[in-house]
Amino acid sequence: MDLWSLEPVALPAELEALRTNVRAFLAGELAAGRIASRCDQWLGGWDPGFSRRLGERGWIGMAFPERYGGSAAGALARFVLTEELLAAGAPVAAHWIADRQTGPGLLRFGTEEQKQAFLPRIARGECFFAAAMSEPDTGSDLASVRARGTRADGGWRLSGTKVWTSGAHRAHAMIVLARTEPRTADRHAGLTQFIVELPDPAVRIRPILLLTGEHHFNEVVLDDVFVPDARVLGEPGSGWHQVTGELAMERSGPERILSTFPLLAAAMDDLAERGDQAGAARVGTLVARLWALRQASLAVAGRLDAGAAPAVEAAAIKDLGTRFESVVTDTVRLLSRVVPDPGSDRRLPRLLAESILHGPGFTLRGGTNEILRGVVAKELGVR
Amino acid sequence: MNETIAALVATVRDACAERSGTGAVTACADGGWNAGLWAALEQIGITTVAVPEEQGGSGGDITAAVAVLEVLGEYSAGVPLAETALLAGWLIATCGAAVPSGPMTAAIAGPGLRTRREDGGLSVRGTIARVPWARHAHRLTVLDNDQVIVLERGGFTLTRGTNLAGEPRDDLHVDAVVPASQVHGLPAGSPVSVQAFRSRAALARAGLMAGAARRALELSVAYAGEREQFGRPIGRFQAVQQHLAAMAGEVLLAKVAVESAALAFAPRGDADLAVAAAKVVAGETAGVVASLAHQIHGAIGFTEEHALRHSTTRLWAWRDESGNEDAWSEILGRRAVSAGTGGLWPLLTRTR
Repeated sequence: MDLWSLEPVALPAELEALRTNVRAFLAGELAAGRIASRCDQWLGGWDPGFSRRLGERGWIGMAFPERYGGSAAGALARFVLTEELLAAGAPVAAHWIADRQTGPGLLRFGTEEQKQAFLPRIARGECFFAAAMSEPDTGSDLASVRARGTRADGGWRLSGTKVWTSGAHRAHAMIVLARTEPRTADRHAGLTQFIVELPDPAVRIRPILLLTGEHHFNEVVLDDVFVPDARVLGEPGSGWHQVTGELAMERSGPERILSTFPLLAAAMDDLAERGDQAGAARVGTLVARLWALRQASLAVAGRLDAGAAPAVEAAAIKDLGTRFESVVTDTVRLLSRVVPDPGSDRRLPRLLAESILHGPGFTLRGGTNEILRGVVAKELGVR
Repeated sequence: MNETIAALVATVRDACAERSGTGAVTACADGGWNAGLWAALEQIGITTVAVPEEQGGSGGDITAAVAVLEVLGEYSAGVPLAETALLAGWLIATCGAAVPSGPMTAAIAGPGLRTRREDGGLSVRGTIARVPWARHAHRLTVLDNDQVIVLERGGFTLTRGTNLAGEPRDDLHVDAVVPASQVHGLPAGSPVSVQAFRSRAALARAGLMAGAARRALELSVAYAGEREQFGRPIGRFQAVQQHLAAMAGEVLLAKVAVESAALAFAPRGDADLAVAAAKVVAGETAGVVASLAHQIHGAIGFTEEHALRHSTTRLWAWRDESGNEDAWSEILGRRAVSAGTGGLWPLLTRTR
């Protein structure tokens, strides 16, 4: 089984310098009060100013080639940067999708004109993307999308409804997955990805608020939106292949284990203050698992760096990682005996509230855990 | 895995596969002792893997040793490679002495053992509990403060005991004067300590567990494909598929954890933290995997007739040896809490 060829990687020593720089920068941002440490900030922490400051330092699009404004530093450097940002609870949501999946997607499938039009702006932290894949009644069954793209003079016309599009109300563009050929027995055929620049009068965006009342998700109605040929991403009809490549990228990152890390870290001082020895032992179990999950996530990054596509490994680790994120919430909740309070100016009650209210999303986004285990079962040959 | 280790692993795998009847290479003599496999491993030249060649060892490093242990765990192999190479060989070589051939085992001198200098050597009296493979070892090495005592086979008697898998875990009774030539002082600044011994022993068990967990998964996948219920193989049921996938995730995590812990023995690493984490995770994996494997196998799985027991009884035994999940969690937790809110992340990333 190919799964077992996943091996740990030792980070090259030169990345320690990057880690040190990022840590110092984040300490400065936190100390100056320009950012605050929160849980699940890759979904919820939309801060264009912070994104631009990262862009100025070359910390967006690290895996892009230099001619498109990146630093060509590779997947492992990006891993180090990303885990430092997440561990600090920094607000990275604004550029998240553009950096993680749109950029690499454009690099692989985009035209030269598209690359030049978007990648340097993404890398500067000036162009944010939303991913418009899911639809009402699709969820993890992505192949069932019904949004249609029909041929028009010089381009395409898109109609349909998308849901769960993070940040569509603030993004500069979104990637829309639509059906461009009649559905056949091959459900994965005939899908196409389009770049829709925003705002567009034919795109209606309605908020879908989270349990916290925060506005990240949207319902997006495409009402005969015109997309010129120059904004088709990749080959018409090969959208499924392109999107699943994106998902492998999306599932494998440290964001799948660190959403609640700021809460876990905050619990340390609390336990120390209360001298809770039994609590320390329970925290040790979490530390062990987090350490191992990080090694596994890093191993997947190592594979990506080597040009492989470890989709099944990524699925297995996302399943484990996202379940761990919620175990952190529960363990800290029980140990600290703090009452969660989203409005508290004290750190622990606020982080706990954020973790609980964002919690249901951890095991859904990017494919439910049941779907991910289906991917693994297929690899095992029983499905 | 570099090419040398990959070739080594392939050779060990062949040696195990050649001798495995029921998917395990244990079904030999007393306590599962497999003299034939041990001879084959000596011939391959890996019984003192990770001990420098200048000291008479097989060479290679801890990553090679862990890779080999994973294979031995997979085959439930009845040989004391962990004890011989990672513990006894390491102790003797660190003292600058030549490492002898033959199977060995190792222990820490506990409160039950008293030593006293005498004319002609060291008087050693007392008992050491649950020494792995003692009845089959040619020599026992004992770490006693700043010295390493090498006891020859005739120098002790034993009370036989076993772990859950029937592997020998014997109590040793020593009443001997060990000649000075068999008592080695640890050099100043040596890496040997009780903590380092425990870490190595724990890593070895974790490596074996990663292998055994993989075998339990493979047996379960195979069984799910052939066992029919309600007119189709049980592997066609989503619930069973979900169990198998959950097992695979755990096995993958344990494998990466033990191999990462082996890497942490490199100069920049924090091996103590890494091994503690790997042993906790391997222990958790052992529990989950053994439980799901038995669930999938139904009643046949917990009989003597089926090979699954070779793997699961070892998983249950090894997770409690060399420190269970709670013992190592406590150590990790103390380090985490004393690192504090600002120090937890640097602690986690300091290994690499």
